[in-house]
Amino acid sequence: MTTKTATLNDFEKTSPVRRIVMGLVFLLAAGLIWFLFIRTLEPGVKTTFKMMPGGSNQTIPDWIFGTVPMLKTLVGISLVAGGYQLARGFRKRTNLVLGLVGGMFVFAFLTWATADGSLNLAGLIRSALVKAVPLTLGALSGVLCERSGVVNIAIEGMMLTGAFVSALVGSLTNIWIGLLAAVLSGGILAAVLAVLSIKYKTDQIIAGTIINIFATGITSFLSARFLQVYQNLNDPGRFPTIKIPVLSDIPFLGPILFQHNMFVYAVFIFLIVITIGLYYTRWGLRTRSVGEHPKAADTLGINVFRTRYFSVILGGFMAGFGGAYFTLGSVGRFDELMTAGRGFIGLAAMIFGNWNPFGSFSAGLLFGFFDALASKLAILKVPIPSEVMLMFPYLATMVILAGVIGRGQMPAADGQPYEKE
Amino acid sequence: MSDKVKKQEDLKKDAGKIFLEEISESPLTVTILAIFTGLLLGGVLVAITTEAVYQAFGVSLWEGIKAAVGAAWQTYQALFYGSVGNPSKIIAAFQSGDAEEIRWAVNPFFDSLLVSTPYIFAGLAVALGFRVGLFNIGAEGQLFIGAATTVTAAIYLKGLPAIIHIPVSLLAGFLGGGLWGFIPGWLKAATGGHEVINTIMMNYIAFRLSEFLLRGPLKNPEGFSPVSAPIQESAQLPRLFQAPIRFHIGFFIALFFAFLVYLFLFKTTWGFTLRTVGANPRAAKYAGMSIIQSTVLGMFLSGGLAGLAGANEVLGVNHNLALAFASGYGFDSIALALLGKSHPLGVVLAAILFGFLRNGAIQMQILAGIPVDIISILQAFILAFIAAPAIIRTIYRLKEPEIDIEAVTLRGWGGN
Repeated sequence: MTTKTATLNDFEKTSPVRRIVMGLVFLLAAGLIWFLFIRTLEPGVKTTFKMMPGGSNQTIPDWIFGTVPMLKTLVGISLVAGGYQLARGFRKRTNLVLGLVGGMFVFAFLTWATADGSLNLAGLIRSALVKAVPLTLGALSGVLCERSGVVNIAIEGMMLTGAFVSALVGSLTNIWIGLLAAVLSGGILAAVLAVLSIKYKTDQIIAGTIINIFATGITSFLSARFLQVYQNLNDPGRFPTIKIPVLSDIPFLGPILFQHNMFVYAVFIFLIVITIGLYYTRWGLRTRSVGEHPKAADTLGINVFRTRYFSVILGGFMAGFGGAYFTLGSVGRFDELMTAGRGFIGLAAMIFGNWNPFGSFSAGLLFGFFDALASKLAILKVPIPSEVMLMFPYLATMVILAGVIGRGQMPAADGQPYEKE
Repeated sequence: MSDKVKKQEDLKKDAGKIFLEEISESPLTVTILAIFTGLLLGGVLVAITTEAVYQAFGVSLWEGIKAAVGAAWQTYQALFYGSVGNPSKIIAAFQSGDAEEIRWAVNPFFDSLLVSTPYIFAGLAVALGFRVGLFNIGAEGQLFIGAATTVTAAIYLKGLPAIIHIPVSLLAGFLGGGLWGFIPGWLKAATGGHEVINTIMMNYIAFRLSEFLLRGPLKNPEGFSPVSAPIQESAQLPRLFQAPIRFHIGFFIALFFAFLVYLFLFKTTWGFTLRTVGANPRAAKYAGMSIIQSTVLGMFLSGGLAGLAGANEVLGVNHNLALAFASGYGFDSIALALLGKSHPLGVVLAAILFGFLRNGAIQMQILAGIPVDIISILQAFILAFIAAPAIIRTIYRLKEPEIDIEAVTLRGWGGN
């Protein structure tokens, strides 16, 4: 595996072929909005977006506008972006513009789908944020492990175990101890992953697969043996919603961002802490150097094994915390296989987000948005089956991985066991 | 004279020693000990989750141990009855000479073989991938797509004789699964996107797609639930015995395919190329072999075999396609390929073992009240010991072999 350098990435972002392809993509977005959306509408229809989520006590007037003029404006902006990209190119800002055009396309879709009807936009965004919570926590777990060079595909299993343990321990004691136990259980499974892949040099994907199989088995087994027999063992309660004073009174953004239970706030805190930790502290530099080039790190006196153990177990804590969200933060009980592949989407969000905390969060939000949208489609009477909408996160990840939007920058030594010489 | 005897004794001793050493170095020993240790740990798990055991320990230590062993014994006995049959019942049935009674008595055994059949296909799929250095986590998605294409062919092709309809339906399953494997294979070859991520993503796309198909185009117009219409009778794999035995010729088709995979991998130039690419891509490239071609072909064939697992279930057992009719095969098949050391014969044996475990587990749940999920736990234990043989060697003080044969190693995430 060749080591990719920053210069190569810059080159990818400014290469002439990519410039033209991206320009065509922007033009295609404009064309699609025109032919798929505008052409199918009658002139004069209006779109209504409700601007406050359910349960909010603010009064914000609905946002009502003419559907066709709005869509035409969006087409215009896309055309300009495409033209500029073809003529001069946005260079390093190409991905940003791509994100904006993508966002506009989604907005155009919503505008079109809501023509002659109404949609709770604020509610949609809020529910996207909530659905992004477990995905982001899973992705952060992956970031911590993989930055040190250990592939973690066991996020799903660790989350499932965290969900189970938090339900059981939370019912026996209290919700905080339940949360702590979930975090620890994720850490224990991560320690197994670490020992298998660092000490025994087992293939890391196989080690992760083993943990996933084990977690599926043990949680379902114990759940069938105990939780389903004694219902009081599966009643840990939920963390209450905390309204942050002042901030939650901000119009529109307040109810979306600042009226949640503590898991949502924890995500923001973890994002900041991990970003600072990874990029601005000595520990972060060491961890990343171990993930990029363990031999060089070892030569400089960094203990590769200890660094990897530490990061992997920290990642396990994070996944366990994410697992607790499913019971303590969401439904308040454990159900068999309740994570339903969210750990794997978290893994996808990590790749989509370029092994970077805030990138993962953005990807988590995007995936969460499509998840939220899929459940709203039935109300909107759009001729797209919700199953197709739910395929989006997976398709998007494959597209990213294929390098169409720019190859991700994974840690160079990711997945390779280190052998001290 | 006495000297000679001594020498001979020395020789004998040496022979015994050599034999023991050979046993402890053989990879098969590790496999068998891994299975044994896994079953042992499963028994411990059953014992520590049984309340009666704790009550017995309250009485005395001896009672407690007796109860613990009893709980584990009862579990594995139920597992044995459920997978092979109750020996006393079988003997009684044969003595009575009543044909139907005999069929009922031996039914568990044939049902286990029936359950093994898709495992053989899916295990072969992952094993073939391993041989080419590819980790196909997508067997489950390929299985679903293969089942969907099979059921399409088996419902909508009408008026064909069975001798043509069955192979055509199987081929449809092979191509459907193959397509689902081809895409990540091609993506890996063309862009370097890692097949592990892509096959996981393709799994979920396959689930959504089959959900969509079963709620829309493939749904039985006469029903309400998301189930396809029943397949044509001419596409059903013929059963070999009368009811209640559901055993059908699919098992022999699976064995035949295992033999084909063996011939392909070890007796053809193509197979040699694929294995070389898997074992050492640099050497393969140096020898002028195309890594791109091998990767794409490997993933296509692997997907196709997984597709056949789905086809087998649709044509042989269910006779229609239902939502999530075969969950869990993806991870199980990885376990089988590892347990069988990626060799077709090993995979067949491992698949039969798992078929018996899975089938017996249902009876175990009914008789001993032990949830079937314990099989997944056993599987994880066994796999961990297979994947990290050093653990088993440490426990049983086996000697380290000089060369670590057949250790499965895969290349890292999606780089070049």
